[in-house]
Amino acid sequence: MIIGLDVGGTNIDAVLLKGKSVIEVAKVPYDPSAILEGICEAVDKLTRDIDPGEVKRVNLSTTISTNAVLEGRTSPVGMILESGPGLEASFLACGEENVFLDGYIDHRGQEVAPFSENLVHEASRRFKRRGILAAGIVTKFSVRNPSHELKAKNLLGGDFNPVTMGHALSGKLNFPRRVFSTYLNSAVYDRFNSFAKAIKRAFEERGIKAPVNVLKADGGTMSLAKAVSFPVYTILSGPSASVMGCWILSNFSKDAVILDIGGTTTDISFLAGGVPLLEPQGINIGKYPTLVRAIFSYSIALGGDSAVRVEEGRLIIGPRREGPPAALGGSRPTPTDALIVKGQLDFGNKKRAYLAIKELGQAIGMEPEDVANLILEKMGNMIKEEVEGLLMELNSRPVYTIQELLYGEKIKPQKAILIGGPAKALSSVISQKLKIPCEVPDNYQVANAIGAALSRITAEVTLIADTAQGFMTVPELGVRKRIDRSFTPEEARREAIKLLKERAVFLGALPEDIETEIIEESCFNMVRGFYTVGKNIRVKAQVKPGLISLGEEKVEKDVESKE
Amino acid sequence: MLKAKNKLGLVFFPAFDWAISPSHPEREERLLYTLDQVHEEGIADIEGIKFYNPLLADDKDIERVHFCVPDVPSVVTQSHRVSAGGAIAAARAVLEGKVTKAFAVVRPPGHHAHRVVYGDRGFCIINIEAIMLEHIRSTFGPKRVAIVDTDCHHGDGTQDIYWNDKDTLFISIHQDGRTLYPGTGFPDEMGGPGAFGYTVNIPLPPHTGEEGFLYVIENLVLPIIKDYNPDLIVNSAGQDNHYTDPITNMNFTAQGYARLTDRLNPDIAVLEGGYSIEGALPYVNLGIILALAGLDYSHVKEPDYDPEKIKQPNWINDYIKRLCEELYQRWLRKDDAARKMFEGKDFVQRKKRIYYDTIGIMENQEEIIKVCKSCSGYIVIKSKCDLGYSILAITIPRDACPRCIDEAHKTYESADQGDYSGIYLQDRANDEFNIKK
Ligand SMILES: [Zn+2]
Ligand SMILES: [Zn+2]
Repeated sequence: MIIGLDVGGTNIDAVLLKGKSVIEVAKVPYDPSAILEGICEAVDKLTRDIDPGEVKRVNLSTTISTNAVLEGRTSPVGMILESGPGLEASFLACGEENVFLDGYIDHRGQEVAPFSENLVHEASRRFKRRGILAAGIVTKFSVRNPSHELKAKNLLGGDFNPVTMGHALSGKLNFPRRVFSTYLNSAVYDRFNSFAKAIKRAFEERGIKAPVNVLKADGGTMSLAKAVSFPVYTILSGPSASVMGCWILSNFSKDAVILDIGGTTTDISFLAGGVPLLEPQGINIGKYPTLVRAIFSYSIALGGDSAVRVEEGRLIIGPRREGPPAALGGSRPTPTDALIVKGQLDFGNKKRAYLAIKELGQAIGMEPEDVANLILEKMGNMIKEEVEGLLMELNSRPVYTIQELLYGEKIKPQKAILIGGPAKALSSVISQKLKIPCEVPDNYQVANAIGAALSRITAEVTLIADTAQGFMTVPELGVRKRIDRSFTPEEARREAIKLLKERAVFLGALPEDIETEIIEESCFNMVRGFYTVGKNIRVKAQVKPGLISLGEEKVEKDVESKE
Repeated sequence: MLKAKNKLGLVFFPAFDWAISPSHPEREERLLYTLDQVHEEGIADIEGIKFYNPLLADDKDIERVHFCVPDVPSVVTQSHRVSAGGAIAAARAVLEGKVTKAFAVVRPPGHHAHRVVYGDRGFCIINIEAIMLEHIRSTFGPKRVAIVDTDCHHGDGTQDIYWNDKDTLFISIHQDGRTLYPGTGFPDEMGGPGAFGYTVNIPLPPHTGEEGFLYVIENLVLPIIKDYNPDLIVNSAGQDNHYTDPITNMNFTAQGYARLTDRLNPDIAVLEGGYSIEGALPYVNLGIILALAGLDYSHVKEPDYDPEKIKQPNWINDYIKRLCEELYQRWLRKDDAARKMFEGKDFVQRKKRIYYDTIGIMENQEEIIKVCKSCSGYIVIKSKCDLGYSILAITIPRDACPRCIDEAHKTYESADQGDYSGIYLQDRANDEFNIKK
């Protein structure tokens, strides 16, 4: 059996699964300052009637790091940066202390100038003077050659923990994002670490010995033990839990739009070719753009509880929530009240909902039923416009080859997948507006927890081989090693897959869950003068995001029956 | 986070799947390290900088500028349509008010492509700036435009296309034609009877550095542009004046290009040449991008930058000073000079030999321009080349008077198909293009 937990803004959603079927569901309101207690309560509810030893895995999506950042409860960080020529870099000084090194590594990963070691010693002194324990080291183009980051870490010695190095977080180019990602990783390390320890203890006390995995923002997971080194990946994993849930529940293999309609917001995501679409660069965390891989999710201020009012004879929905729906004692009518008036939702005080909608109607000379229709109509239009705007933007993302420009695939949703409180009631108006069929999956109320439960461990590696220099670099692993001048793209692919598998196992993946693929690949002839001097080979490989293999329980049961 | 002072549109299209040939300077690798640098600097995250994909230049866009022989589809590849379409996308972003400035970092280049096109010369087939500009004029109405070509090679194609158009001021700064391809671009090449003086050639000696280029901008280019008062300034931003460029001999730098861009303050910049793909392009393009966006570019320097090593020789200072004085005097006296040259003439004739270096053919051309008091005058071109084509091509300018339109159409209609492999009419007044074969 598997437990899936999603810590949301106000509730913890939890499911107990056997295979893909839902055995038990729990929804626990919690106090954000007591996430651990909330999680324990949810787990206790789920395991009331079973032997906790039967739980084979716990997957959880937590807001612990997110909240730490958004509420400013992070550790002070000392940053060591090397920016070289380029943009004026003072805007990157995001640490409590920031020391800039004077070396430089260029776009091909060639060392142009070493840095003065004294600067690192000076940084160490300054950090210590201010009682800073957490450090981050980022050099420009470290994903082409991590040697300066590694050297600086060495010089820093064992006095700091954690020491996050930029190249280890992502293989992507983007120095500012690498700086912010590194900073955040070190800044939330402490809080996440104590949370992880507490979870481990709490589960042990309950007799749950199963491996615990945490959800990442890209919809994959990693083991709790490894997450401690990369807590930044766990930030904003909430939307990815929902998207993974929708994906799993709908089992749709084409393009789709996913709408998670909540009380105050609607989150919009997409499936492209049946796979959740990712942010092109990485997610924004608070004010920081980062390289943290994440499922694309765009939030609009429109939900079931958005306040509806009349302004200059026109209906306005949102953007704020001004209390609960009228049916639940709120002072303002909401789309939820409109659905109650239409008989599509059935809860709260219907009369109050009716009166609130009627009052709106009087302001614009309309019958209550018509007003209710108009509200839903308007809500549908607002969602449609946002979806179309996002598609326009997503479909014009920069491309770099003539092939992609002329024949590249565009996202064209053929289905809308809806979850969230008013999902069922709103599905017909959404379907009508978007002109595509609309699906509200079974168990949609706990799609997020199911998504967390069934997501598998993912990883990616980037391999850059420069045969003219005779070097190969895999930044995520800190690898930079000599290669033959005859190194080929095929070898690069093989090497990348091999390293990726090792990486996935290291992060806690089971061998049967490691389904790998090459997602980007290019090879450039390098010509100097009139001679070809080598090849510049670039390969990106990933563990396909997806469902954990559910075979394990069966296998283990077979083993048991033999005993 | 950083915020651009000027909203900047970037069309960055490296065409990673296209090359003239595997080891040609115009190959897949050309913008690889530049894109790496742009990505690593996080340019896309700067508030106010937006990336656009290229559009595709269609036959009509191309026929507004060129006579492609035998026709557009036969000589123009998709990659060239994308490159010209990249320039169009950049310009549209500006003209539609989405951004205040735009830069098209596209390849292949275009400034060696003349009005008549048989194929590739100087890595160019179609003139991407001219196609962009005529697209803009036909979409957004008449515009007086200054094109400043800062590529190291003379922009001979752009000069040819705007030779007789005084709504387009063409200024080319380049390495002296006696020392570099295409061997043209001397001060006495000043334009046709309808636009005499509106072509300004500024040939600079080899080894000209930051000092020389910036002197020319400050003391010649900017004063001329101020007098001309254009609606738009377009920069053909070739980057082969760089001290590391393998096919030229200048001493210019990334800092210099950034400062030049800052001073020139173009509305639209379009990449042309530049083949030092590791040592120059990543830094020069970054410098230009930051300068256009109004951001601090003072830290953009080549890793091996050494101002002492690339200082221009003293004699160049004096030479350039004298050249600028002389050229500015020519600019001021252009109307007098034109009167003396063209008064009383009905037609002006030019004979040209145009060498297509990339495909190794020679074109012989005779160009006859009508001298007209009411408009800039229609142009009749007779052209032959080694490929066996022999064409008659007639251009009616945008500002053509009814008499010129009429005469040009009569010339087209009465021409005998037996005498030519193709007869072409480019009627810009009515935005039409016709071929008789
Ligand atoms: Zn050039
Ligand atoms: Zn006329």
